This record gives sequence, C-alpha cells and structure tokens, in this order.
Amino acid sequence: MKQLISLNVNGETHELAVFPWRTLQEVIREELKLTGTKKGCDTGDCGACTVLLDGRAVLSCLLLAVRCQDAEIVTIEGLAESKDRLHPLQEAFVNHGAIQCGFCTPGVILTAKALLDSNPNPTKEEIRVGISGNLCRCTGYAKIIEAIQAAQSA
Amino acid sequence: MEEFTVVGKRLPRVDAVVKATGEAMYAADMELPGMLHGKMLRSPHPHARILNIDTGRAERLQGVKAVVTAKDTLGYRYGDLILGKGDEPFLATEKVRFVGDEVAAVAAVDEDTAEEALQLIDVEYELLPAVFDPLEAMEEGAPLLHEHAANNIACKSTMRFGDVEAGFRRSDCVREDRFETQPVCHAFLEPHAALATYDSTGKITFWGSKQSPYFTYRNMPRALGLELSKVRIVQPFIGGGFGGKNEMFSLDFTAALLSMKTGKPVKIVYGQEEVLSAGRQRNPTIMDIKTGVGKDGTIMAIKCRIVANGGAYISIGRMTRYLMGSVLALPYRVPNLEYDGYRVYTNNQVCCAQRGHGVPQVRYAAESQLDMIARELDIDPLDIRLKNALQPGDNTVNGFRITSCGLTECLQKAGEIKKWREEWGELPPNKKRGIGFGAYGFVSGPRVAGHNTAGAMVKVHEDGAISVLTGATDSGQGSDSCLSQIAAEVLGLGLDKVRLVMPDSEVTPLDPGTFGSRVTFVSGNAVWIAADDARKQLAEVGAELLGAHPEELVFRNEQVFVRDDPEKNMPFTKLVKSACYSGTGRTIMGRGYFAPELEVPNYETGEGNMSATYSFGAQAAEVEVDTDTGKITVTRMKVLHDCGRAINPMHVEGQLEGSVCGGLGQALLEDKIKGKDTGQASNPSFMEYKLPSAVDMPDIESEAVETIDPVGPFGAKESGEGVQVSTVPAITNAVYDALGVMVKTLPVTPEKILKALEKENEE
Repeated sequence: MKQLISLNVNGETHELAVFPWRTLQEVIREELKLTGTKKGCDTGDCGACTVLLDGRAVLSCLLLAVRCQDAEIVTIEGLAESKDRLHPLQEAFVNHGAIQCGFCTPGVILTAKALLDSNPNPTKEEIRVGISGNLCRCTGYAKIIEAIQAAQSA
Repeated sequence: MEEFTVVGKRLPRVDAVVKATGEAMYAADMELPGMLHGKMLRSPHPHARILNIDTGRAERLQGVKAVVTAKDTLGYRYGDLILGKGDEPFLATEKVRFVGDEVAAVAAVDEDTAEEALQLIDVEYELLPAVFDPLEAMEEGAPLLHEHAANNIACKSTMRFGDVEAGFRRSDCVREDRFETQPVCHAFLEPHAALATYDSTGKITFWGSKQSPYFTYRNMPRALGLELSKVRIVQPFIGGGFGGKNEMFSLDFTAALLSMKTGKPVKIVYGQEEVLSAGRQRNPTIMDIKTGVGKDGTIMAIKCRIVANGGAYISIGRMTRYLMGSVLALPYRVPNLEYDGYRVYTNNQVCCAQRGHGVPQVRYAAESQLDMIARELDIDPLDIRLKNALQPGDNTVNGFRITSCGLTECLQKAGEIKKWREEWGELPPNKKRGIGFGAYGFVSGPRVAGHNTAGAMVKVHEDGAISVLTGATDSGQGSDSCLSQIAAEVLGLGLDKVRLVMPDSEVTPLDPGTFGSRVTFVSGNAVWIAADDARKQLAEVGAELLGAHPEELVFRNEQVFVRDDPEKNMPFTKLVKSACYSGTGRTIMGRGYFAPELEVPNYETGEGNMSATYSFGAQAAEVEVDTDTGKITVTRMKVLHDCGRAINPMHVEGQLEGSVCGGLGQALLEDKIKGKDTGQASNPSFMEYKLPSAVDMPDIESEAVETIDPVGPFGAKESGEGVQVSTVPAITNAVYDALGVMVKTLPVTPEKILKALEKENEE
C-alpha cells in the first residue's frame, strides 16, 4: 500500500503517494525528477546520492522517504540561489578543475557544503576525512580538495 | 603578444557548470513516455550448458511485457575488434561461461516487476567443469571454453627482435623474476545504462553510457538486422569509462531488442553489483621477465612471457596481448627483445582495456625488476633510467618511431624529489621511508584496426558563436573542452563562444571514439582542420570587406584584422553576419578529417609503428611503511608527463592526478576476489572492493613537460593514460627502497609486507 507523504525538498513541499520501502533517492529521482542526485551503488558506499537533510550530508539511498517527512531536504538542484548565480562551492569546483565526469560531483559538493557549514575553516586533512565517503575515480581528489579550500576562503 | 589566447590556458571545462548544478543528464537520468524497465537474468554457474529456458511463468506475471532469450536474436557475436571474430553472444546461446553471463532479459512496467519476473524464468543447466586459473586452463585436458580455442588459448603473440641470448651473454647482471597482477575493475561510478526506442519507421534511437558510441553504431544494426543508418546513437553525459564502456554490451543490444518486441521505449540500468561482479575488468597477468644489463647500466636484452587471464570471451584481447609485448620497447632503448604472450580463456569475468591497457602490468614488472638490477649493479635507480631513456629520433627494435620525446627532462625533474630524503629527519624505529621511480612511454592515437579516422565540423552561428561537432566522446577526461579550445584558438574566439554538441550518429561525423589515447591527437587535428576551413571561408568574405587578401587576415580576440595593417579590422560577429546575410548568403560550416598515416601493426610478430607519436613521462613516489602493521602510506608523489603541449594545463593535471589515483589503487588496495571453486564474486561492492578515497591519496605535484609534437594539434599528445602506467612501480620501488623487499604480486597488502619482513628476518 502506498502512503501519502509530504516532503520538503529545496524549499518546496511535495505531496506524494509512495510505497513505504521507497528510498529517498528513488523518490527524489523518480517522483520529483531531480536527477542531479545520482545512483552510483545504491548500497551507501559511493556517496553519489548525497543530499542535505536538515543541513547534514546523508546518503539518500539508505534512507526511506517516509522517514524524511519532517526534514528540510536540499538536493544539488537547490544549492544555487538562481540559474545565473552558482553557490560558491559550485563556482570553485568549476574554476579549479574539480569536475571530470561529474557523476560524483553533486554528492561531493553537498558533502563539502555540510562540512563547511559545521567547520568553516577545515584543514586539508579535515577535508580529506570529510569527503572520504564520496568516491571519485576521475580526479584523484586533488582538485576537489583545492576547490573546497578555495570556497572556504571565498 | 602571447602566442595563443585560448590554447594553453587554465580555463574551466565547457561542461563544468551543468555538472556542478546537477543539470547534466546521464543515460540513467533519461525517461521517455510509456517507458518500460528491463533487467537481465545472469548465470549463477561458471560453466554450464543451457538445456532449456522456460519463460512462460515470467511472461504471465502482470506487468511483464516481454521476455527475450537467445532464440529471439540473430545470434550475432560481439567482441574482437581486431579480426571481427566475436565470440560473445548478447544473450547466451548454448553455454554460459562465467558467473554473470547474460542468459535472458525481461521488460516490465517497473523495475520491481522486472526483477520479480527474473525469478520466474526457469533455466535448466547441465553443469560443466570450470577452470579459473590461466595456467591450468592451458594444460592438456583442461575444460574447454570455446571449441575453436585449443588449450583455451584465445590468441598468442611471438615477438623476436635481435638476439636476446647474445644480449644476456654480454650482460653483467641478468635477473629472472615472476610478477603477478590482480583483476582490477574500472570503477566508474556511473553503472552502465541504456535507453532505446523503436519507432514505426523501423528506426532505433539509443542513448547509452558509451565512451565510444561508434562501436554501438556499427554493431547494433548488424545484431538487430537493421540498416546502419536506421540506428541512431545519441550520447548523453558519461559518468566515467576508463576503457570499460567502449564495447556495445548486452544491455545496449537487449534494450533495443526489447523495444522492438514491445513497441515501447526500454531502459536498462545495471546495478553496481552487476557491474563489479559481471562487468569488464583489467587483465590479471602472470609475467615471467628476464632482463640483462651491462655494468654501466645499459639494457642489453629483455625476454618476457606473459599469460593474461582474459576470462570467458575475447573482447579486445588480441590488442592486449600485443600491447603487453610491444611496449616492452618503451620507454628505454632495448636492443634485443623476445616476447611470448598468451591471452587465455577462463571461466572468469571478461577482461578488456582499462586505462593504460595492458601496459601498467608490464611496466610494474619491468620497472620493479630494473630497480632490483640497479641495486645489484650498485647504480642509482634514476641514473639507470636516464642511461637508457629513449630519445627523439630513435627507432625501437619493433619499429616504433619516436618523434617528440621529453623522457630525459621528465626523469631529471622527477629526480628532484631526492631532496625529500633530507626532510625526513629521525624516524621512529617502526617507520621506514623510501622513494621510488617509474617511467613510461605510451601510444597516442594508435591505429588499432580498420580505420582511425576522425571527422569534425565547425558550424558558425549567425551570432558569431560556433558549434563543434565530432563523434569523439568526453567520458570525463575533458576532451570536449580540449577540442573546443582548439577550435576557439583557430578562429580567434573565446571559449565561451563554443557551444557543446554531443555525438549523435545522425549528425556528427565519423569518429571511432575514446580509446588508445587518441582524442586530443586524432580528433584534435580534425577539429583544427575543420576550424581552419571555417576560418578560410570567412576570410574570403573578410578580405573583400577589408580590401585585403584572405591569407593576410588574422583572427584574434574576436576581431579580424589585416596582419600588416591592423587598423583595417572588424569584429568577428560583424564578419559572420556579413557572410550569412548579404547577397545570396553563405553557410559557414568548416569540415575536417584526419587520420595519422599508419599501418596496422602485425599483432602476432609485433612488427610495426603503432602510433604516430608517443607520450612519455616519469613519476616518483615517497612511501612510509609501518613495519609493525605492514601498512604502506604513499606520502607524496611527483608526476612529470610529456604531453607535447598542454592544451589546458589544469585538465592535464587532472588527468595525471586521476591516473595516480587509479595506479595507487592497483598498487595497494584493489583486488577482485572470487570464490576459488565457484567463480562467485566475493567483494562486488565499493564497501569491500577498495578504490582509493580522499584519505588514501597523497599530495601530488604534477607538471606537464612540453615537447611540442610535430604532428599533434598545436603540438599536443595524449595525457589520459600514460601516467597510470608507471604509478604502480613508482610505489613498489619506493617500498623496495624503504625495506629492501620487492613484493612481486599485486596488490601490495600489509599481510604481504609482514610476511616478506618475516622471511627477511629469518634469513
């Protein structure tokens, strides 16, 4: 049986009927069509599906959508103020070559956002640990770390 | 005035913004109205005969729209790009040959229903004995995977250059060692995905995560019995490829087949577990290598026998076994060379190209052994490399013609890390440090088989922007940006004036795709020619307007002016508008194509010049080993890469850093583990299969060393693969420097270090 739920995503409230076993990732991608949240492993190992839940970076593939009703959810689509004004982290990722294939990018950027919100001046080591749950096969992480450092001083 | 305004600049990627905002659409993100979802049924057995498949129960499940098996196909077999003798059916015919082999597929209204239907397909198997070890597979009486391949040898190479025995006799140090490498997965984060729709005109339109859409374009019509141009391949963004998304795979074919059966669009997305347990991987190898060196450090001869455990089907294996031998002639002068290479069928996952294609394995063996020889001869590891480094103008014994080559400079710069030793200070008794070097040469745009032609078109829009159309795929490496920078430079435009066009077989010109480090070199030249063609068309109009000859016009900073009389000028946009709107009007569309003049090398004997140019480089690793736990930490790396010219130094660095990450994974962390007698994957998740995370990576100093290649566009060569080739030996050599122990099987785990130290203590 589907359940009626209300999800607050990127400042908008959505009334949805979903099966109780649907993950937040599935509902975000399939019901809300916010495909910037990626499905990499579906088992909580890669970090590509990271979203913000009340400001914390969480793996949306490991959360049931029905459990997220009282939270404020931010996906990558909700990070920038507007289409013509990127978030400083997005700006830094673009300018510092921190993006290659881009599949891990939304998850890494949101993880970095949560990191900088809780620790505005992380050391390089703290950044490494902070993003260690987000796998990237393309970049070797060097330019991702550089971009996060640039965004923190921006 | 600077030579270039766009080339050589650290500009953001042309696709960076849409990737940063999540707007970039990958194949799995796409949907069509009425779309069905497909799932594959895979073999649970490593080797079995299929006696019967009953799909009746699955077909009767509510929501199931079609079930297909081999009997619904034309029996087309894919793989074997070299000879066109493919041996891999998209859906298993008479046999399954590894755990995960595709047997049947279902299309249903949603994924859950499709998944449920798979459980209802009854397959009757007759189990056959299986063989997983390549040496066992080569023995008489071993279970045979394919009737045509005696002793399970899919293909072999026998290379004989010079006289190795004479070389060994003249050597002062001759070593023979066996090195072994493990299976490594590509580990792109985006699992394979395909969406196909068949329409009433008999046409298939297909979107898939393909790093070489051309292979699908050529294979799909044959497999489905359609005319070539009745298949349209459109490329969305690709979430990493690394060689593992070149071929047309079962899901690509099956999505199209199911769409033909149902009349509806069908999407198939593999789970990461499917990719890791049944997808492609890097060839594991057993390498017996013998090297002879004179007391001055001169390499006299190399003799090598490699057995590659290729898995159940041939894939691109003919190339792999050739590359493994031919690259023994790089990056050093090797006067005598002998190689016997076998690519062997076993009941394992299928191996294909992976970043560096066969070469990382070989360089691990050759570079590691070189350090052991250097120690025996009391020669510095850097000096022995400098002594033997190939130089511009050299011809290798197998026929590689070396044109631009910055290896010596790369090695010299890598050698600067020796000063790191002085920074170590006093170390705790359980900590040992070391530094190690690795060097390499790599192909840049080889002719693999058939053609290696790249086409390009540059469409000039009426507002003065341009679209660059090629069939080359950016699977993440940045080639769209590289090609855009080339076109912008030729036309004197800013990069912001280039509009991105993704490959679409109905629109973009022929290009075989992204492999063999060919895109910058081959497609880049095609784009250069096409942009120059557009420039010439505009120059004709401009010359009339400015009262000059077309050759006198300079296109720069979005202005067009007469070289010796810059007062005579006009904005680029005005020129374009004049061309398009005045009189009869003109369509400004530049056209170009390019293929390096190369013969296909002889894959059996190894003779031939495979590539019009070669990249070179060196890298240095610093490691710290904890002798109590065996844990190795790579603390610093320095990477020097001769990429000809860096079209975009920031992106080149990104390629070098990413390559180091892949190499570090192979050196220390990654290994696909299978049940010994079952062939079942034991670690098919990123939790258990350890690719490097941010905490595993050292600080990397990376630098492009420019040699300005005579043929490359603006002098550019590859930067995508070469580096990964010698990351492993840089690390193993650093461990050897720290401990005096060379671990000869990958990955170098703490257990192996502790065992080696234990053994050393006993001795």
